[in-house]
Amino acid sequence: MIATLSYSWPSILVFAAAAVLVLVGALGVITFKNPVHSALSLIMTLFGVAVAFVAQQADFLAAVQIIVYAGAIVVLFLFVIMFLGVDRKEHVHVEPFVAQRPLAALGAVITVGGLIALMAESHWVTGVKSVSTVGTALATGQANVHQLGTAVFTTYLFAFEATAALLVIAVVGAVLLARRERVLASEEVDE
Amino acid sequence: MAHVSTLILLLPLLGFAAVLLNGKSMNESQIGYVATGVVGLSFVASVITFVLLLHHSQRQVTVHLFNWIDVGSLHVPAALLIDPLSITMCLFVTGVSTLIHLYSIGYMHGEKDYKKFFLYFNLFVFSMLALVLANNLVFTFVGWEGVGVCSYWLVSFYFDRDSASSAGKKAFIYNRVGDVGLLVAMFLLFSRTGTLTYVGVFEKAGTLTPTVATLVVLALLLAATGKSAQIPLFNWLPDAMEGPTPVSALIHAATMVTAGVYLLVRMSPVLALSSSGRMTIAVIGGVTAFVAATIATSQKDIKKVLAFSTVSQIGYMVLAVGVGAYGAAIFLMVGHAFYKALLFLGSGSVIHSLHGEQDLRKMGALRKYLPLTFPTFLIGWLAISGIPPFAGFWAKGDVLTNVFAHNKALWVLGVVTAILTAYYMSRLFVLTFRGTERFREVTHGHDPHESPWVMTTPLVILAALSVLGGALALPWVHHDTLEHFLSSTFGYVAPIASQSTLSQWGLAAVDVAAALIGLAAAFSIWRSRSEDEKLTPKFLEHVWYWDDFYDATVGRPLEHLAVFSDAVIEDEVIDGGVMGLAAGIVHSSQGVRKIQSGFVRHYALAMALGLAVIVVYLVARVG
Amino acid sequence: MNVPAAWYLVLAAVLFGIGAFGLLTRRSALIMFMCVELMLNAVNLTFVTFARTLSDIGGQATVFFVMVVAAAEVTVGLGIVVAVFRRRASTSVDELSDLRG
Repeated sequence: MIATLSYSWPSILVFAAAAVLVLVGALGVITFKNPVHSALSLIMTLFGVAVAFVAQQADFLAAVQIIVYAGAIVVLFLFVIMFLGVDRKEHVHVEPFVAQRPLAALGAVITVGGLIALMAESHWVTGVKSVSTVGTALATGQANVHQLGTAVFTTYLFAFEATAALLVIAVVGAVLLARRERVLASEEVDE
Repeated sequence: MAHVSTLILLLPLLGFAAVLLNGKSMNESQIGYVATGVVGLSFVASVITFVLLLHHSQRQVTVHLFNWIDVGSLHVPAALLIDPLSITMCLFVTGVSTLIHLYSIGYMHGEKDYKKFFLYFNLFVFSMLALVLANNLVFTFVGWEGVGVCSYWLVSFYFDRDSASSAGKKAFIYNRVGDVGLLVAMFLLFSRTGTLTYVGVFEKAGTLTPTVATLVVLALLLAATGKSAQIPLFNWLPDAMEGPTPVSALIHAATMVTAGVYLLVRMSPVLALSSSGRMTIAVIGGVTAFVAATIATSQKDIKKVLAFSTVSQIGYMVLAVGVGAYGAAIFLMVGHAFYKALLFLGSGSVIHSLHGEQDLRKMGALRKYLPLTFPTFLIGWLAISGIPPFAGFWAKGDVLTNVFAHNKALWVLGVVTAILTAYYMSRLFVLTFRGTERFREVTHGHDPHESPWVMTTPLVILAALSVLGGALALPWVHHDTLEHFLSSTFGYVAPIASQSTLSQWGLAAVDVAAALIGLAAAFSIWRSRSEDEKLTPKFLEHVWYWDDFYDATVGRPLEHLAVFSDAVIEDEVIDGGVMGLAAGIVHSSQGVRKIQSGFVRHYALAMALGLAVIVVYLVARVG
Repeated sequence: MNVPAAWYLVLAAVLFGIGAFGLLTRRSALIMFMCVELMLNAVNLTFVTFARTLSDIGGQATVFFVMVVAAAEVTVGLGIVVAVFRRRASTSVDELSDLRG
């Protein structure tokens, strides 16, 4: 920690805040018995991640994170929880598979540890620059939104159009999946 | 000559094919006469070939039929070797076969398997001719096996009887054990000389080392003991009497059982290379002759006496081969064919007249009821006992004279056997034709009747041959004898009776004395009784317990091995192994199946652990 | 001096681990989905961090698309959960074991 004193205290503070939010929220997601409580913890995590985004000069993404993730996706989760009526408590303390938790913990720890070790080995950067032509430095010159927009609409245009199609497909799929069976049954009876 | 000699071989085969294909539409006498006819024509062809050979420039002619086996360095033609030895064999084989075929027409009359009988009979003659006419060991082997299998079929002709089918199997199996010897000899000869034709082998015979030559000779001896019923493979022949009497006459007296002797004589150039091999042959022949003669004195079945007599007489022939008197062996073979066939056919006539009775204790005083069978049988009896001037005296005398010149101990054994021969044959004669009538209950009070002409004609012809057969090789004639004719085919010829005339007369006198002693003894004992426990001891009657010995040492252990194999090796080891493998796979599959639990979380866990492994590997690689 | 990117990367890794553990351990389908979201967020954080260190806007563009896909995935996934729930009246994934061998 002594070595960290060479860093500016605002950035340390921001990092600390983001870390606390993220970790507490994550732990909450996996430990709460009530799904509603888990969803709310998820929101806390998402906020933490948004803070981290801002600290990394990804302003637009921080905003999108809040709006889309916390504002839409988690709300969707809550809708489904309420709709299905599963806000009852799940029996978390009973694990029918005896070895599941220890092995899961082992796997997670090894993976995380390995990843950190790998990243440390390679000095925290891959050393390979991207091949994109828009390789300008961040936070210099143009605003973040401007830069991101240029990239998405020129270099990654095809992916952008594809995601548009993906969203349409997702909506259609969701409507089909959630159709009420009553309609199908009556169709069969008619034949 | 090539065509005529090929006809000798092919005619019986044609007869076989004709009866096989047309048999359903032929009646009994047609089948019988066709079968007899082809063999008779074969005999005529043999005579013509014989005459042609006499006037031929060489004494050895090869008739090439076709290329049979051509594999690598093994060249085996299907070819015939016409030389004095093979033509002699052909003559008496086809001649005696014709007579016995004729006899069978009468003897097998009314049998339900009449056609099958003549089929096998013709096929047998074909095989025997292939055996003697072949110019190489492989073709001979084909004939060798052919006679073996025909013998099996014919011995078990009345296969509804368990004893008959067992006897057939016994004959075949003993033959097969001997065949191993012939195969080993062929392998050895081929590996050392590179050829299997007789001419080729004899040319290169000098290159065989003494050890190999002895091994070949012993292997050939094994084959000969199997086929010719010598010690140690002789006890199939008495059992083979289960077959019809013509079968016993043809196969087990005149032809098949002489094939072993033929083989040894044919291979005489190889025998010449091994004196220990020849000594072994002589000892086996002499001992077999003696042992079989002792057994024959105690048999109660007419055909069994003749069977053991055959073993004993062939023992004489083998003894002659062992001392190198090949000509004497062949002379005895020819003479024996005549009078033994005569005796068998005569006994068949007796059995036929007594409605199938074969026990000597139920015969007697048939002299006045069988006017043709009696005198012919009498001639056969005198011939085999060695009474001059019949054929047996000259032939057996020839053999004993040669044996005397080489080995006194074996000569003594031979003379003792001659006494026994005369004794048991006379016993047979007396019990059958003299003495008191004991057959009334078997014939239900009727008189026995003589056989029809088809059966008695061969008897008469054979009797004539038994009388005159001695003329083939009278001791004072040196040039036109059988032995002189055959001598070109022998590899080593012992000095033919090079003793002084005085010693020859002396030996002849001994032979006659032996015959008369045996004859007189039998007549005095058996004229007045038909059974005597002390003179027919159980030990001799049961073939010196030879069958029991083989049963205990070979039969039972093999049976135990078979049971053990079935229970343990088959059920536990093989079945267990195969089923165990299958069960093992099933079990392991059941175990592996548990991985497919159907739970998503298990699968997810497996993926996570896999990821962990990959990460560890990467870290290790980088670090 | 800014906090080094390494710290954010470690944070993202730990978040990923927590999400993975939760995914393997919880039985409710909805909770598992939320854990997947956690993991996706961890990835997003990593991308953004690298975008800063390497001065490459491509990292942020990737995050943009990841978010779109995550939204689509949640939509369809929750539709499936609803459809399954209709049949079985339970969101426990342990009940979905018809594919056992």
